[in-house]
Amino acid sequence: MDLIVCVKHVPETAEAEIVVDESGKRIRMEDLVFAINEWDDYALEEAVLLKERLGGSVTVVTVGPEEADDTLRKCLARGADKAIRLTDKAFEGSDAYAIAKILHKAIKDLPFNLILTGAQAGDDGYAQVGVVLAELLGIPHTTMVKKIEFKEGLARVNRELEGGLEEVVEVKLPAVLAIQTGINEPRYVSIMGIRKAREKEIKVLGLRDLGLKEKEVGESGSWITVEKMFIPPIEKEAEILTGGLDEIATKIVETLRARGLV
Amino acid sequence: MKEIFVLAEHRRGELRDVTFEMLTKGRELSQKTNVDLTAVLLGHNIKEFVKSLADQAKRVLIVDDARLENFNAEAYQRVLSHLISERKPSLTLIGHTAYGVDLAPSLAAELNVPLATDCIDLDFEGERLVVVRQVYGGKVNVKASLRKSDSYVVTLRPGTFEAREVKPLGGETIEIASPISEDIVYKRFIEFFEPPAGEVDISAADVIVGIGRGIRDIENMPIVEKLAGALGGVLACSRPVVDKGWLPKDRQVGTSGKTVKPKMYIAIGISGQFQHVSGMKNADLIIAINKDPKAPIFRAADYGVVEDLFKVVPTLTNRILEEKSSK
Repeated sequence: MDLIVCVKHVPETAEAEIVVDESGKRIRMEDLVFAINEWDDYALEEAVLLKERLGGSVTVVTVGPEEADDTLRKCLARGADKAIRLTDKAFEGSDAYAIAKILHKAIKDLPFNLILTGAQAGDDGYAQVGVVLAELLGIPHTTMVKKIEFKEGLARVNRELEGGLEEVVEVKLPAVLAIQTGINEPRYVSIMGIRKAREKEIKVLGLRDLGLKEKEVGESGSWITVEKMFIPPIEKEAEILTGGLDEIATKIVETLRARGLV
Repeated sequence: MKEIFVLAEHRRGELRDVTFEMLTKGRELSQKTNVDLTAVLLGHNIKEFVKSLADQAKRVLIVDDARLENFNAEAYQRVLSHLISERKPSLTLIGHTAYGVDLAPSLAAELNVPLATDCIDLDFEGERLVVVRQVYGGKVNVKASLRKSDSYVVTLRPGTFEAREVKPLGGETIEIASPISEDIVYKRFIEFFEPPAGEVDISAADVIVGIGRGIRDIENMPIVEKLAGALGGVLACSRPVVDKGWLPKDRQVGTSGKTVKPKMYIAIGISGQFQHVSGMKNADLIIAINKDPKAPIFRAADYGVVEDLFKVVPTLTNRILEEKSSK
């Protein structure tokens, strides 16, 4: 089975403090650590597991700057066979729609049975790329995927719905499946593996290589344009308990006692 | 005649809350821009839903087709792209749900109609559609504008807009023949699947100790288990803890897990993304422990502790045990 995985190199922000920069349209990135988007991490693992079970190849594709090679190399170290980076000044400012158009041009002539993407990205959270890509390729898709099985040209997948419920659907192959976190346990990469992956080639393609025009990508090729970023207004804020650890613990216990909870 | 579409979302014989939230927001926008509000109802044997939709909209468009019985993005897309092409609504609202995310992006791409997903607010400023979304896990808001168009698609985050009752509008109902001419062959709904329930029902607990990504490693679990034990409460968690296999799925609080309303919820190492908060915000008392002072969880909590959880939690556990033994 030939698999393509679309990945994104994103800043890790779950536990970091975020500051909007002077432009008011971006956050300050200098102090942030970048890594593979969490959802894509699961998509990559799923692709490698499928390759190990069924044979075939895994190709990872990203749209991003040169620094995204870090993420591509980790994917190679984890079991991907080929890596493609799509980079061009003109791609800057692209929304999910423009990113899907860029990926479409890079993928349409590659051999594949299945394309995996993350269900969303942890930075802009559009949850669109995989589904738009499928539409542009003229193939079916499904999202929020928690389990994949195969039978005669079909993928039988469990999709995560709300409230702990799942649904089982069948999708004809080739298809795009957008992966939800928790579908597997992404493996760790050995230092050895990363070292080996350094020698592998990363193919780099730009606007012209892909046969795209400038107006099709970047802000002009996007549906949505960021006007400003801001820290959400505070409607309600917790009363912050201060002091030493013992003092804090005592304050909590007093609150609990007042409510009959201890 | 211009109109705003709201796609009714239903599952297993019930209209979902997001439908009424969208109708409320859609009505506000339709009044502001002087257009009609139209509920779009797709399904099979769906008469039971018509009245509650007609009470809230100028009209209800109904497409009844056996192939629409359970949600199927391929079938829904065929019908909606037909309806949007025919009637050219200024805006189509869809829930940012497991169904909406499967449908809206391909629908918008097919029609080349600008799409904004997971919006927490939207408004027409002149002819431009402007939306507010959250990025970086809810730590930052974005105001963004959509490319100028005479039709837009927007998915709305569930639980963001309050569904308000109105004096029944008694909207007209229009049945439309299904535009699905060829069979749906690429995608098929098979069945619902409910993961088996475990022995602990967190939604019945009075005291919940909720843990998140900040717990870092399964080896750190005893620290929070002891706190839960001291409080006579149960352990629950946000999504990353289930993803890593440290607690079973039935302990997950939030949109894709359970909704809880305990007397007390202590959130430990949980950043507080809306998916989690929507499942616990109605607890009587919420205490949050997180080392990031800007973590969104502090907007949901009554009391907050900005500290390293590995220092605070053991101290708190000991203090509670002391309190209990002194009684």
